[in-house]
Amino acid sequence: MDMNLIASIVTQTLVYAAPLILTALGGVFSERSGIVNVGLEGIMVMGAFSAIVFNIEMADQLGAWTPWIAVLVGGGIGLIFSLMHAVATINFRADHIISGTVMNLMAPSLAIFLVKSMYGKGQTDNIKEIFGYDTFPVLKDIPVIGKIFFTDTSLPAYVAILIAVLAWFIIFKTRFGLRLRSVGEHPQAADTLGINVYAMRYAGVLISGFLGGMGGALFAQSTSGRFAITTIAGQGFISMAAMIFGKWNPLGAMGAALFFGFAQNISIAGGKIPLISSIPAVYLQSAPYVLTILVLVLFLGKASGPKANGTNYIKSK
Amino acid sequence: MSKKGEKIRNILVPIIAVLLGFIIGGLIMAGFGHDPIVGYRRMFETVFLNPQTKTINPKNIGEIFVSAGPLIFTALGFSVANSAGFFNIGLSGQALCGWVASIWVALAMPEAPKAVVLPLAILVGMICGAIAAAIPGILRAFFGTSEVIVTIMMNYILLYTSTHIVNNVMSESYMQNKGVTKVIGANGSLRANFLTQISNGSRLNMGIFLALIFLVLVWFLMKKTTLGFEIRSVGLNPFASEYAGMSSKRTIIVSMVISGALAGLGGVVQGLGTFQNFFVQGSSLSIGFDGMAVSLLGGGSSVGILLSALLFSILKLGGQGMQFAGIPSELVDVDIAIIIFFVAISFVIRFLLAKLFAGKKEVAVVEEIEKKPVNQGDEGGTL
Repeated sequence: MDMNLIASIVTQTLVYAAPLILTALGGVFSERSGIVNVGLEGIMVMGAFSAIVFNIEMADQLGAWTPWIAVLVGGGIGLIFSLMHAVATINFRADHIISGTVMNLMAPSLAIFLVKSMYGKGQTDNIKEIFGYDTFPVLKDIPVIGKIFFTDTSLPAYVAILIAVLAWFIIFKTRFGLRLRSVGEHPQAADTLGINVYAMRYAGVLISGFLGGMGGALFAQSTSGRFAITTIAGQGFISMAAMIFGKWNPLGAMGAALFFGFAQNISIAGGKIPLISSIPAVYLQSAPYVLTILVLVLFLGKASGPKANGTNYIKSK
Repeated sequence: MSKKGEKIRNILVPIIAVLLGFIIGGLIMAGFGHDPIVGYRRMFETVFLNPQTKTINPKNIGEIFVSAGPLIFTALGFSVANSAGFFNIGLSGQALCGWVASIWVALAMPEAPKAVVLPLAILVGMICGAIAAAIPGILRAFFGTSEVIVTIMMNYILLYTSTHIVNNVMSESYMQNKGVTKVIGANGSLRANFLTQISNGSRLNMGIFLALIFLVLVWFLMKKTTLGFEIRSVGLNPFASEYAGMSSKRTIIVSMVISGALAGLGGVVQGLGTFQNFFVQGSSLSIGFDGMAVSLLGGGSSVGILLSALLFSILKLGGQGMQFAGIPSELVDVDIAIIIFFVAISFVIRFLLAKLFAGKKEVAVVEEIEKKPVNQGDEGGTL
């Protein structure tokens, strides 16, 4: 294999992994606070939809900055959308899985409804400002590594990795993170110590909505370039898988997301690579899902994830 | 008194949820410049009336039952697993197995008599669905792996596998085009001439009758047999059931197998009845999640499932009619999601009902019921 091929595999892996990293981190925040979030897929759909619409409408004014701002818009819409999950599970004692499934049911229909209402057709036009490839100024001159990792590469992926490190720091090294985790492990105890369980859980879910929305926005603007019903097809669930594979740890989730990004990239672009082109696509497509099941069975077993994950906390009077 | 009050509330919750779903859906329509009254009227007109003559349209009424059949099956599948305390989110994947397998059997035996092919295709489809659901059941029973996550992951594995089977494994002679199989012969079909005739050429088939039979069978199984009792007790309290001498491992697996078999049958009806062939699917089958929604709205009871399956079929069919009024048909799916959202937060509805109409005593009843420990979504499992 020559250098260009390796460099292109690495770059494409990063492109596919970046949205997964962000969304998986969102999952970590939510589940660490004790709220199961199977609605990540729906959140990504809303993020993707809003970012594409923003991109189409604002590209003329904002120019090259459009996709970056659109990612934040996607995050904002994801946050608003996840509010539904937060209210239902935290205040209204809904089952977390049902509420998450409602988000997954609602998001694609709502987004396509809105697209049809706005543009009169089932999918948007292609966006003008897409996430391109960037080269890091000094780092690109490092021999071998510079060429593979820092030339014509995906800048959003590095931002996502940076956010993962930040998320790890927040969850494990700050007071906020300690409180978030304690609420997810044992809400009664946390409440006794004066921690506002509901507020922490709101924070967890809303952060997950923001990150998931960003993930969807990033995916739509870096790979598909428009919004249609097929734009987000399983990425949210892969992110959930990455979160579990990474054992609810931001860095672990990031690593898993990178690996799953690699598998996704290979399953789409594997035809170019000599050895891999002989493997039927089905194996690579299913790899993230199969691996997640295997990891759950072999390594995690019973005591996995935060203890109070998925339970509603009812404050006693 | 209090028990009666709770019963009334349990009936009112789905009705209120449906009404709120329609109202909020209407607000969304209005918000985006559509007239909700026109939209909903169009919806119901499409379902029941012939567009030209404005008389009752047997074809569309036939189509309601066409789509209700698979939904009843997947909803029953969800409810059986749910009674045992499990979330079978893998209904789509299990139904997909049933669909592919039944079509495969029917295509492989073009010459055999109908009395052999049809039962065999149904049975194989059912077994394939059951196997697909047995995997998460076994993993849950022996490793404590969350069935929610395993079934979600398996939906995608099965989706890609079905595409692989159609494109690479099935014999070339079964294929119509790339990714689309040939139409099965009459010997494997659930359609019957008299049904097509009475419904004016709709796709109406025996599937709905099969579904009605299974509605009764599942009711009997759950309410009148030892197995059903065990499944329900494990769902209510796995530890107490174990203590009383029931094997919770066995019950977990059996309930998932039954659930998957029912979902598989949903796929069979979709295949042998509705479409008569298989074509590569781009995403998880909608009957999976819709079936879950049907079961949740119907509260898991037979009558409830039947009524909500019919309601959802009417909505889905009517949604296509709304398009003629310029309203995207996706609105009905938003409606369905909103309805399930209100079912999910039924605590609030019941609480408000008690507070508004019944007074303090009833409020306390609602609070009390809500406090019961429910083993919901416990990731990793407790048993």
